[in-house]
Order: sequence, then structure tokens, then C-alpha cells
Amino acid sequence: MNNVHSMSATQPVLTHLERLEAESIHIMREAVAESENPVMLYSVGKDSAVMLHLARKAFFPSRLPFPLLHVDTTWKFREMYELRDETAAAGDLDLLVHKNPECVEKSINPFTHGSATHTDMWKTEGLKQALHLHKFDAAFGGARRDEEKSRAKERIFSIRSAEHRWDPKQQRPELWRMYNVRKSPGESLRVFPLSNWTELDVWEYIRQEQIPIVPLYFAAKRPVVERDGTLIMVDDERMPLLPGEEPELKSVRFRTLGCYPLTGAVESVAESLTDIIQEMLLTTTSERQGRVIDHDSSASMEKKKKEGYF
Amino acid sequence: MTHSTDLIAHDIEQYLERQANKTMLRFITCGSVDDGKSTLIGRLLYESKLVFEDQLTALEADSRKVGTQGEGLDFALLVDGLAAEREQGITIDVAYRYFSTEQRKFVVADTPGHEQYTRNMVTGASTADLAVILVDARKGVLTQTRRHSYLVSLLGIRHVVLAVNKLDLVGYSEEVFEQIVSDYAGFAKEIGLDDVVAIPMSAYHGDNLTEHSLSTPWYDGPTLMGHLETVEIDDDLLASPFRMPVQWVNRPDLDFRGFSGQIVSGVVRPGDRVRVLPSGKESAVARIVTMDGDLTEAVAGQSVTITLADEIDISRGDVLATADALPGVADQFEAHVVWMGEDEMLPERSYLCQIGAMTVQARITKPKHKINVNTLEKTATNTLALNEIGVCNLSFDRPVPYDAYTANRDTGGFILIDRLTNGTVGAGMLAHSLRRSDNIHWQVVDVDERAREQLMGHRPQVLWLTGLSGSGKSTIANELERRLHAFGAHTYLLDGDNVRHGLNRDLGFTDADRVENIRRVTEVARLMADAGLIVIASFISPFRAERQAARELVGPEQFCEVYVDTPLDIAEGRDPKGLYKKARRGELANFTGIDSAYEPPRSPEVRIDTTSVSPEQAAGQVVDFLRSRGVIA
Repeated sequence: MNNVHSMSATQPVLTHLERLEAESIHIMREAVAESENPVMLYSVGKDSAVMLHLARKAFFPSRLPFPLLHVDTTWKFREMYELRDETAAAGDLDLLVHKNPECVEKSINPFTHGSATHTDMWKTEGLKQALHLHKFDAAFGGARRDEEKSRAKERIFSIRSAEHRWDPKQQRPELWRMYNVRKSPGESLRVFPLSNWTELDVWEYIRQEQIPIVPLYFAAKRPVVERDGTLIMVDDERMPLLPGEEPELKSVRFRTLGCYPLTGAVESVAESLTDIIQEMLLTTTSERQGRVIDHDSSASMEKKKKEGYF
Repeated sequence: MTHSTDLIAHDIEQYLERQANKTMLRFITCGSVDDGKSTLIGRLLYESKLVFEDQLTALEADSRKVGTQGEGLDFALLVDGLAAEREQGITIDVAYRYFSTEQRKFVVADTPGHEQYTRNMVTGASTADLAVILVDARKGVLTQTRRHSYLVSLLGIRHVVLAVNKLDLVGYSEEVFEQIVSDYAGFAKEIGLDDVVAIPMSAYHGDNLTEHSLSTPWYDGPTLMGHLETVEIDDDLLASPFRMPVQWVNRPDLDFRGFSGQIVSGVVRPGDRVRVLPSGKESAVARIVTMDGDLTEAVAGQSVTITLADEIDISRGDVLATADALPGVADQFEAHVVWMGEDEMLPERSYLCQIGAMTVQARITKPKHKINVNTLEKTATNTLALNEIGVCNLSFDRPVPYDAYTANRDTGGFILIDRLTNGTVGAGMLAHSLRRSDNIHWQVVDVDERAREQLMGHRPQVLWLTGLSGSGKSTIANELERRLHAFGAHTYLLDGDNVRHGLNRDLGFTDADRVENIRRVTEVARLMADAGLIVIASFISPFRAERQAARELVGPEQFCEVYVDTPLDIAEGRDPKGLYKKARRGELANFTGIDSAYEPPRSPEVRIDTTSVSPEQAAGQVVDFLRSRGVIA
């Protein structure tokens, strides 16, 4: 606490990242002050890492006033589980892990059941179950408005019905930095503290604050197979290889992280944060292209959100 | 390949340093339907290299499928997100977009032009530094242009770009451009917009967007992007007095008590004298705490945690302010109100009002007038409908710290929330307080609630009996008072008969009068409960919102809602005063249950089913509840 830093008297205007940070902290404090049982969804990805870092700042020196919730599919990358467990071991927070018992029982997986069923049952249903089970009335999510077109119109505080549905026509106007957090019995709130961040902001902030992230974001030699033009990493022995398929060691990295059989790698040699930012700025494909679930149709994300996908 | 691409490729470190020191501009685009707002934003994203190859491929496919631009790219499709509006071809909500250039980062709110969506524009404008108002060169200044400009000025945006678009469709005529500029100038002056920059352009062709167009050789002003990158946004807030609404009391252990919030104006340093409002207590800033270490100074926009030198009781919603320049503290105001609810405003109804981090109960009086945003004419009105703007008086249930909206958006702006739907139904801007309560602080009363309780031998309570006419409220209320009196409890019965003849004899039975009737009764009941009594209030009180307001005013722990549940046919069968017969004959208008609604309680503390229990048993039910709550022994 003796690390007193002073600001220049001549240039007190905040930088872009300082502004974003202050806004996110404000949003989190509003949600915590006005809800009874908040939770933070923790996917172990880079946006979650940033959100967790901001939460620690928002409530310092207090312990996080809410638990983290990891909706697990059992199909995440091994390195994601490692970082998740390290985060929980830090001891300054409570981590809950939920696995949809029906999926566990039926061994739902993307290979036999297809990516749509896998995602819907593990993630969408799993999330609803967990929120219901713990009676959470507000859940922080790391979604950004720049990710996808239907997200651009999402509110920062977004009301979901008792069935967790989103109705884009019934959104409350959000003025100034004033958030209406009132809800009727059964309704819950989704709160998006990173709404106004862009992918570049997230990376610059990770670099500035030295936030730990899953090493999969950095390029390394990894065993991959190419399917339908997407590079899929063979992360464990559960991955069935098609006839003639032979995993190849390639220098790859991931721009988003999810279930390993559903997440495409990109060939890259970016081994540091600076390399990643450089690559990102020079690249010509958008972030979510590595996600298999978005490709179905261009309005697919909006449809998923109405059904309760985060 | 742009200049920045070279820098990224060859000196990424230097590029990142430059990024870190960029400033940020938030702006909105507004205009009528089909003025080309989405096309403009799509173009800006495209020109700033923010459209990726895969998005471009999707755009080409979408343009062929649903585009309105023939063979060309329909840039609007990059921006129009929701499926429904794609089909209609119009934007129906507020969408935020992000892009950056060498000079600045931008957040742009795309706000709709359709008349019924004024609330969305107000939302987008509330956080904007600058507004781009689009005009179709073929149509000139329209009603919608005036409406949007007025809202821009009302919301306190100082910088305006008048973008005269689709100039290609009038042959890039200088004359057309100048005519529109002069048409607009008079109106802009009238509503107090003094920084207006007019730019002739074609968003579709990219004329004067990032580069000067060869088609408008007669124009030598800035391009749109050039202006957005260089316009100076005054940081008045830094020079304004220090204010921080307390969002959250940070109390990890008994040794630390900090007050967390975002500084909305000014600068603060350890040692500064501050006042806590509305209580008015004074102390000094001890520390400015952050996870990165204590700060020697914090400025407007930062989220911090402040500790004070003295132990002072502070809770969420209080405002920390510099002792040198205090905000006002008042409970009655004149304000501009923009109505955003589907149901029209009901004067005298109680709404929740959020201002800063504080939520209070607010009543709005009958509007002084509403403002025709096209002509700026003021007209008399009894209410405000969706998208109407009026000047109203507001009365809060307690004093709040405030600044005029023109001085500070954060301590002068407020939203109104409907108690039943929880929707945001209004937004407003405080102009000034109606009486000088600025330096009044509550008298510390020595005889407090506990002292009265001890003397009375029981705790105060408001028993609120609600139900249809003829449901049996009066009979049960009488029996209840008799029983409580027998215990030695101090009681008073308030019912329609004893207030309608005196206190409320000026009121009739319209919805508005019923609301006012219950409001007055609630205030009286609260005073009596303050005096330590058990008050039995027996009123039809048909609306949930008013009963909820009573509950909140009295305080939930002192409020007991008793639902005297009698089906309409049975109540009508009893008809002790012959009122139902009169109502059925049409001699009595607005009669609850016949031609006026009764909204039954959702979760009353006590529900009495009069079809199965006697009045004595009913009174017993209420007495049992009072025991379980510890009101009586």
C-alpha cells in the first residue's frame, strides 16, 4: 500500500483504458449494491480474466462479495482447467463449478450429439440450472458489444424473464450512468461490465495490468487436425480421429477459448502479448470466426440469446 | 495500407504507447428514417479498417439478398443488428459501435429516427459529447430534424455536426446546401446550440467523410472524420467542485470503513475538507484507496474508495462533496421530464426516482406545460404521453443533494421507475429547487421511536385493510379495534367515512382522485404510527401501486396488508349501502368492481377468506400475526 502513484498535474484527463476501467468498476458496484445474490460467470477466457481483475479492484480491500460460477462442459481445454484451479487456489474468492447432471449421465459430447445439442445442453441449460439452483438474481458476464451485431444493442443491465429469455423489444432505456436494477419476482439480471470494451482494449489492458491468461492464447507447437477448413487441437484421447487423420504439430494459437473440439486454432507465431496485439491489428478475420456455433446463420446469436444463451 | 499499419508492423511498442494516450469521443448520429445513419456508421467502420474480410464477405452476400443499394455494398447492413429490423429496413433501438483512428477512440450511438422512438434518442444522447444530425439534401430540414436538435440541446450536448447527406442526389449543389444551412441556423440559435458545423456529404459514396470530395470543390471546411478527430471537448467537469455519490460502503473488517464511488466532478486529495449530504456532516479525506496503491489525487471519472478522518454514518446514495462548494439539498424541484412509458404519466402517483446512487419516492404534479418539440410552443396538459416532454414540479419523500442538470449531468439527471412494471418510464433534468431547503438539516429528536414504544407497551403498526366495497372491511376493522383495545393497545381507525367527510372532501372517485385519497391517508397513517399508535386503515384502495407506496412510506416492518377477500358476487349480494345497485343502474360512475378495476394483493401479510371465517376469527388471524411479528406481547 506504500505504492503511491501520483498523476501529472498538467494532464489529469484519463486515458481510454482508465476510463473503461472506472466505468466497469462503477457497473459492478451498482450491481452488487442493488442485488441480493450476485454471481460472476467465469469462463476462464481472456474476457473473464479481465472481468475478475476489475472485480478485485472494484471491491478492494474487501474480498469479492460474490462467487465465481464456471459452467463446465467437461470438454474445455486442459490448460483452462489448470488456470481455473489456480485462480480458485488464490484463496480470495469462492468458485462454484456446475455440470449439467443430465449431460454427465448421457455423456453428451460434440462428436456423437453434434455441436448444437452439445452447446445447448451443457452451456445454455447448464447455466439456467445453476442460476436456478443457487437462486442468483444477478449474473455478471464478460460479453462485449463489439463482438457481434446483436450484442451491440444489449443493455449493460439486461433483464431476463423467469425462463431466462431476452426480449430485445422490452429493453429498458439506459441513460447517463444510471442503471435501473429493479426486477419482478422470478426475473434476473445479466450485467455486462465490459460492454464498451473492444477486443483491442482487452488485450491492451491485459498487457498493462499483467493479468494471467491461459497459455493457449500464445502460439506454440500443438497437435492439430484440419476439419472443414478449421484447425482442431487434439487435446486428449477422447477425440475420435477420422480414417486417415493424423495429428500434425503446428505452431498455432487460439483467439477465443471454449470446448476444444468446437474451437478453431489459427496458425501463428505470436508468442508474447505484444505479438498477439500486433497480429490482431494486422489480421483480416474477426474474432468469433473461430467459434463453430456462430456459423449456422447470421441471426443465430440473437436466436440463442432469446433462448437464454449468455 | 495506412500509415498506422506500417507502425504496427515495424514498431508495435511505439504504436501501443500512442494508443494509451488517446482521448475518447462519444457521439450520436440522428436524423429521419432513410437519412442514411446506418450507412454513415457502416462507412466510418469500413474507412477505419474495422471491417474484417469475413464480415465483408457476409456483407456482400447480405447486400445481394436484402440490400437496398442494387449491386453496391449496403453499409447499413454492417450496423443493423437485429433480425426484425433487417426485414423492416429501419433501425429500432440504440446500438453502440466502436472504432478508432490515429487521433482518437470513438464510441458512436446509432439512434433511431422513427417518431415513436424518442426515448432511444434521449438514451443515446445522455452520454454523448457531440451529435451528428443528418439531413437528406432532397428533403431539407424536417420536423424530425427539429425534434432531434431540440433533444440534443435539452440533454446538454454542446457540439453539433449538421451532416447534409445524399448531396449526390441533388447534383452536389452548393445552393441546396447553403439553403439548408441557413434554414437550420435560425432554429439552432433559438434552442441554444451555438457550435454547429455543417458538412456537405454523401455517406453512400464517401464524399467528405475522410477525404475532401472532388465533387464539392466549393466546400473548404473539414471532413466529417477530420472534425470528429479534432473537435475540442471541454473538460469542464474537472474544473467543477468535487462530487462523489457513494455507491457502496466498503467494510472488509472492523478497522476499515471506506466509501466507494465514481467521482462525477472535480478533484480530491487527502486532507481535503468534505461534507456528506444530505446529513451535512463534515470531515476530511484520510486516504484515497485503490488496489494499485493509495492515490495522492483523484479526478472526475475515476472509481475510487475514500476513507474519512472521522467516523461518520454514511450510506449508499449519500454524496461526498467539497466543503467549499456544496450542492443544494432539497425535496421539491422544477424539472424537464421526458416520458418514456407506454402508459401515460399519472400526476400525483408515486414513482421511484433514481438520482445519483439514491432511490427515493417521487410524485410529479400536473405538468406546467408540455413542449411541442417541432415549434417549441408550450401547451397546457394534464399528463404526458409516451415521447412527450414537459416541465413539471417534483416532490421527493426526503431531501436529496443535487446540482442543476446544466451544471452536472450526474447530480442533476434522474430516471423515473414504475413501481409495478419496474420499467424506466421517464427521464428528467433538474432545473432548480422550489424552496430554499438548502441549509436545513434534520433536527435531532430526543424522544425517538424506542422511547415511545416503551411508553406505549407495544410497537406501532399500520394495518391496511383492502377489499371490495361490501367485502366486510368495516365489520372486521371494528372487531379488530375492540380486541386490540382490550389488550391495552393504543389504536385509531381510519376509514372512508371519517376522511371523505373532512380531510378528503374535495376529492371524487376518478382514478386520479383515488390515488390522491390514498396518498393523504398514507401520510396521516404514517404520522399516527410515528406517534406510536396501531393504525387500522380500512379502504377499498383498489390499486397495487398505491398500496405499495404506502408500504414503502410507512416502512415494510411497520406495514401489514390485510386482504379482505370476498368474491364480487357475494359482496354485491350483501350490498349494505345499496351502492352496487346504484352502480348497476348507472347512477354511480367509477365504482370498483363494476366499471373500475380492483387489483388484488399478490402477497398480503394476512388474507381473510370471508366466505369461510367469521369476523371474530378474522380479527383473531390479524392479532396472531401481530404477535408473531412482536408488535404486541
